[in-house]
Amino acid sequence: MTDSETSTVQSFDASTFPKRHRAISLSRILAITSNTLTELTRLKVFYVLLVFGLLLIGSSIFMAQFSFQQEFQILKDVSLGAISMFTSLLAIVATSRMLPRDIEDRTVYTILAKPVPRFEYIVGKIAGVLLLLAISTLIMVAAFLAVLYMREQAVLQVTAKQMASAPPDQLADALRAVRASAFNVNLVPGIIIIFLKACLLTALTLFVSTFATSTIFTIVVMVFIYFIGHLEATAREYWLAVHGGGLVTRVCLAIVALLFPDLQAFNLVDDIIAGTVISMAVFTKTAVLGIFYTVIYTLLAVFVFYGKEL
Amino acid sequence: MTRGLIALAVLIVMGLLKLPVERDLATLHRQEHFRGVEFNLDLREQLGQLGFIAALSGFRAIVADGLFIQAHAAWEDTQWGRMLLLFRQITTLQPRVLLFWDTAAWHMAWNASVAAMNDTKQPRQALRVKAQREYFALGKDFLERGIKNNPERPELYEALARLYKEKYKDHERAAEYYAKAATLPEAAPWDRRFSAYELSYCEGREREAYERLRSLYDEGEKERLPTLIKRLKLLEDKLAIPQEQRIPDTLTKR
Repeated sequence: MTDSETSTVQSFDASTFPKRHRAISLSRILAITSNTLTELTRLKVFYVLLVFGLLLIGSSIFMAQFSFQQEFQILKDVSLGAISMFTSLLAIVATSRMLPRDIEDRTVYTILAKPVPRFEYIVGKIAGVLLLLAISTLIMVAAFLAVLYMREQAVLQVTAKQMASAPPDQLADALRAVRASAFNVNLVPGIIIIFLKACLLTALTLFVSTFATSTIFTIVVMVFIYFIGHLEATAREYWLAVHGGGLVTRVCLAIVALLFPDLQAFNLVDDIIAGTVISMAVFTKTAVLGIFYTVIYTLLAVFVFYGKEL
Repeated sequence: MTRGLIALAVLIVMGLLKLPVERDLATLHRQEHFRGVEFNLDLREQLGQLGFIAALSGFRAIVADGLFIQAHAAWEDTQWGRMLLLFRQITTLQPRVLLFWDTAAWHMAWNASVAAMNDTKQPRQALRVKAQREYFALGKDFLERGIKNNPERPELYEALARLYKEKYKDHERAAEYYAKAATLPEAAPWDRRFSAYELSYCEGREREAYERLRSLYDEGEKERLPTLIKRLKLLEDKLAIPQEQRIPDTLTKR
């Protein structure tokens, strides 16, 4: 090796080499996720739904002024119903317009023209929606807890005032009853299940939107799926248990039972508010089912999106 | 097209795999008192189309609350028939909410029955009494169905015991239901005592009542309440309990 050749090798800077392209890059997915989240928070529909949800939670105080137990029951029913409704609607509306809009704005071409695999694009997109859902759920849960706490304090004060002359053990019993009617730790797994239901709906909407021709088509299909999904358990039981019925009926029941998710499995919060204790087994199995559906529908969305002509 | 078909095939295979899992989960939910509502034609007829759709889409608690508010308004207007219909819908939608069963029974057995007895439009007392008894029965029916849906909760047993005691004056049944409530995990501490009190009014069961009251008395100061001592003293006299076995007289002054 000559002197000049040695100096050439020594002066070579390794950093000038282009970085090796990774098959899966977390930073690329994060970039798409943060971009999706920013886009979604700019949507007017997000604020309309969020304000609507918060208003419903706030107004639940005025919906019932009966005895304290009835008031807390209605407050919790309406608030958690609002959270469930809002997260489901947001999951469907936000996800259904994501792909068609990117195609319409040609953003998808700009992204996929770069060395970004379609898998990362879909995962980044869904992660953005899930993050938005998590933030919205947290905001609404915070509002719900604040309202519940305020009502609890007000009722505690009134009860203490009314029972000022009662023996201390009776007063303590009454205050304990008020506290027990207000917040219940079982509500936490109930809220997590609501969130998982929204995640499932997000993944399913994304899957539908990969072969749908327009946003409105996706929303309409998802509304049907939403109702059919709540009937899936009934269809499944009839299909598996009843041996009679015509061939057409049985085929229809089989399609419903096999192709649609059982959304009733995620409606546990009504019974939790009513006082039913949720066991670890029920929570874990329901949560695993929700995660399983979300993963499967996301993978199917990726699979179909790979074959989509852009 | 090929990808679409493959995706459909995957969905069907996944459907076959998830079927037993979902079935097991549904069974577990029912065992632990979730999914208490069956969506069938009966429910559809009771709720009407909109209510049924709302309930079907996972908002049955909100629908039940809406109906409950309507029932409250019906109560203010003393529309007892409408209230009965509304409470049947509410309890069908939310069979695990004790409050709804209890409130429905209270409205029927206490409020509607009194209104029926004081009905100035009905001059015949026999018919007023008949209407009153019918409302008692409606209240009892709500509580019995509530117990069937919530067998592990003591509150509705207590409410049914109260109804037997105050409306039917049936102390034996009242004692029975207080005793049933007392056996449940979240029972109130007074259920055992109340059961024994009610039994002490039953002809022919004085000995049993005495033994139960005496056993409570022997548990200590906490159970030695004025009513218990009074009932115990009455039974001691009635059963001619020997003087040395009787409770001390001084305690009756408590």
